[in-house]
Amino acid sequence: MLRVTFQYTEDCPSHEEALTRLRKILTEEGYDVNVDIIKVESDDEAKRLRFTGSPTILLNDVDIDLQANSHYALACRAYKLEDGRISPLPSEEMIRRAIRRES
Amino acid sequence: MREVANLKIGDKALDFNLPGTDDKAHSLNEFANKYTVVIFSCNHCPYVRAWEDRMVNIQSDYASKGVQLIAINANDASKYAEDSFQNMKVRAREKKFNFPYLRDEDQKVATSYGAQRTPEVFLFDNKRTLQYHGAIDDNYDNPNAVKVHYLRDALDAALRGEKVVTAETTPVGCTVKWK
Repeated sequence: MLRVTFQYTEDCPSHEEALTRLRKILTEEGYDVNVDIIKVESDDEAKRLRFTGSPTILLNDVDIDLQANSHYALACRAYKLEDGRISPLPSEEMIRRAIRRES
Repeated sequence: MREVANLKIGDKALDFNLPGTDDKAHSLNEFANKYTVVIFSCNHCPYVRAWEDRMVNIQSDYASKGVQLIAINANDASKYAEDSFQNMKVRAREKKFNFPYLRDEDQKVATSYGAQRTPEVFLFDNKRTLQYHGAIDDNYDNPNAVKVHYLRDALDAALRGEKVVTAETTPVGCTVKWK
């Protein structure tokens, strides 16, 4: 059983595309699971949820990026892509690798 | 947070005088007769980081045509330490910024322009008239997948003395971090 959590803030516009990307990869990997979507709305909530920025994807409570920082804040999140670029979106490959790791 | 910028297309630029990462003060008047691209920016925002190589490339490509980029960081560094003036200097050096990177500590410039996001672009022609406001292009995630180069298209039109077809787009990025 794979438990999938998607955390986001309204202020960071990449969350919709990130959720679409997550669902696409889950389907491609053969998972028909519910995604628990959590909207984070305050710094206190960010600290309580150990939220490192929007969007955050947790698989069985483990961040898809094992190198994620531990600064908890209501902020947009920077992902370092395979080619070294920074993006507000996790790559499809990053999500896919994490799903396979947790399978 | 404001829903729209204070400046409207056709408005005149508002001058400023702000310290830069080169330890010099810079004003808009310093670039008289140039087309100026004022970009509200910062260090911590992933949207800025995704776009900043493109900012460097635009300055490089348009410098000989009389275009000057100016980046301004107004974010509250007490909440986002990465946006401190010291860290701005580090970023400017690391990324080899070929344009001034200025600190708007009291946020007066960002407030007067009505900036809401980072990055957010204001393009003024050589008469200091706002010709374009919004995003740099239509794809923050992948520079190779850009379909519409809003800022480059606006610069090309303005430099030809033509009306900018898409004069306003929605800025996409992090919110300006107000004090």
